[in-house]
Amino acid sequence: MSELYDCRIAFAQALLELVASDPRVVVVTNDSVGSSNIAHIRERFPERVINLGIAEQNMIGVGAGLANGGKIPFLCGASCFLTGRALEQIKVDLAYSRSNVKLCGMSAGLAYGPLGATHHSIEDLAWTRVLPELVVSVPADPAETAQAVRTAAALEGPVFLRLSRMPVPAVHPPDYRFRVGRAVRLREGDDVTLIACGTMVSRALDAAALLQAEGVSARVLNMATVQPLDREAIEQAAAETGAIVTVEEHSVRGGLGGAVAEVVVATRPVPMRLLGVPGTFAPTGSPEFLFQHFGLTPRGIAQTALDLLNRKVTHVGPLRTRY
Amino acid sequence: MQNPLTRPITAAPTEALRRQACWIRRRSLQMIHRAGFGHPGGDLSCADILAVLYFAILRIDPSRPHDPERDRFIMSKGHSSASFYATLAAAGFFAEEELDSYLQPLSRLNGHPDRNKVPGVEANTGTLGHGLPIAVGAALAAKLDHARWRVFVLTGDGELQEGSNWEAAMAAAHHGLDNLVLIVDRNGLQQGDATERTVRLEPLADKFRAFGWAVAETDGHDHAALSALLGGVPFEAGKPNCVVAHTTKGKGVSFMEARAAWHHGHLSDEQLAQALRELEEACGV
Repeated sequence: MSELYDCRIAFAQALLELVASDPRVVVVTNDSVGSSNIAHIRERFPERVINLGIAEQNMIGVGAGLANGGKIPFLCGASCFLTGRALEQIKVDLAYSRSNVKLCGMSAGLAYGPLGATHHSIEDLAWTRVLPELVVSVPADPAETAQAVRTAAALEGPVFLRLSRMPVPAVHPPDYRFRVGRAVRLREGDDVTLIACGTMVSRALDAAALLQAEGVSARVLNMATVQPLDREAIEQAAAETGAIVTVEEHSVRGGLGGAVAEVVVATRPVPMRLLGVPGTFAPTGSPEFLFQHFGLTPRGIAQTALDLLNRKVTHVGPLRTRY
Repeated sequence: MQNPLTRPITAAPTEALRRQACWIRRRSLQMIHRAGFGHPGGDLSCADILAVLYFAILRIDPSRPHDPERDRFIMSKGHSSASFYATLAAAGFFAEEELDSYLQPLSRLNGHPDRNKVPGVEANTGTLGHGLPIAVGAALAAKLDHARWRVFVLTGDGELQEGSNWEAAMAAAHHGLDNLVLIVDRNGLQQGDATERTVRLEPLADKFRAFGWAVAETDGHDHAALSALLGGVPFEAGKPNCVVAHTTKGKGVSFMEARAAWHHGHLSDEQLAQALRELEEACGV
């Protein structure tokens, strides 16, 4: 079994390096010092870490103001509170204003499983990706996380980094370069495409291996940027594999699956399945329990793909043009 | 010509400020009349504050709207956009004729200001309770850089019912932001009724004092008093500054004054003519 990593470590290291190298970078938090793993930055650069207390609406506005004053603020907080609690500030102060602010949504998805639906962040992709101008990135492993942090700093404009605390293996080759708006094809395949982001990418890869044993060739795309979306890669996947399963640690409503479906329906309509939390609040339980519960496992993903392939349209005869 | 960024803060003669404020009022009402909609009550209540800020207090250079060393003014009550745009045009950020495009299709003079379109606008506002948190962030940035520029923010009074303001008020005091000046356009009315009959704000000055601010109260239509106060910040080292400016909603137009119904709406040709006549008589122009 491959080694597992907590991406928060790569996040915090990359952020520390940015703070050390660029005087414009400041770290702002809603008291989420421990869970954002930024205590060591505060120790070395106390004046560059601003703890605004438990007040997310103010924090977003302060971020916009810091950016107005020439800073590059990284706002760190649990994704469930950072996004939902201050969504209108994110819309107006960051997206509409095109403020150079980086939102770092920690412990997104089901990471806080036992704490209940208040702490599950399975709506944040839907909430953020609908906002114009806001880049939404969901890194899948430590290397991609570090690069996404550096890319966010270099990019002029608002960015939402959706980060996890769930242990994940490295899924990218050593020479991998993260590029905003580009999907990464991690496995070739012709029968079906598995499109995943974040913690679900390694599981999609494992599912593809299971499918291979069943004689099914599954392509795997890491959709590391949910906005802007790599429409080309999606259209190509639809055209070349004819079936798509999306996998996300998020509600199936409005997240990655919804984003992919919007492209598929308008370009190359093919059968799809959206795997995630099926439009309900999640029950309590450890993240791993909840992943099992919702079929967000290699076996669950593979089974969903097999079910879908039974429905796959293999041949469509020529359609008569009536109008 | 002296660089406006380094110009000493001296109040312009109050007669000049009075004329500027009068022009802003008249132009705002013309814009609203032409557009067929606007928020005249609040435009008129804050016109004197805007005139004093832009023509006596702010260290700004309209030819360099992104100068890093400029003072920031954040118009939190974004619905008073007619008087704000008129002020920006008067200050030289864009041509006065453009004011006629207010609220017209595809005009950049949107009903609420957009910083990416209109020079001189620092923050996109329109939804309430946004300006003060943004101002706190800008003031923090200046403090981090040990910079001399200041941050001024104008809020309405009903707007202070938004909780985000009080989150920001705590943060400003905690961080000792004496480079931050909040001016409250205390006209006493919100869209539906008096603030005190809606969700009361009083004792407003004491609330800010309790939050750790240095607070002054003044007549928000008195140019000399406003100039003296705003020219004298910080009131107290280490404390953010709050000026509760007591104003009259609809100030200067008899049928609008102190009437919540004029929060928003349109003016008929006759109403515009009467309003302009009254303002011209009062200003002596």
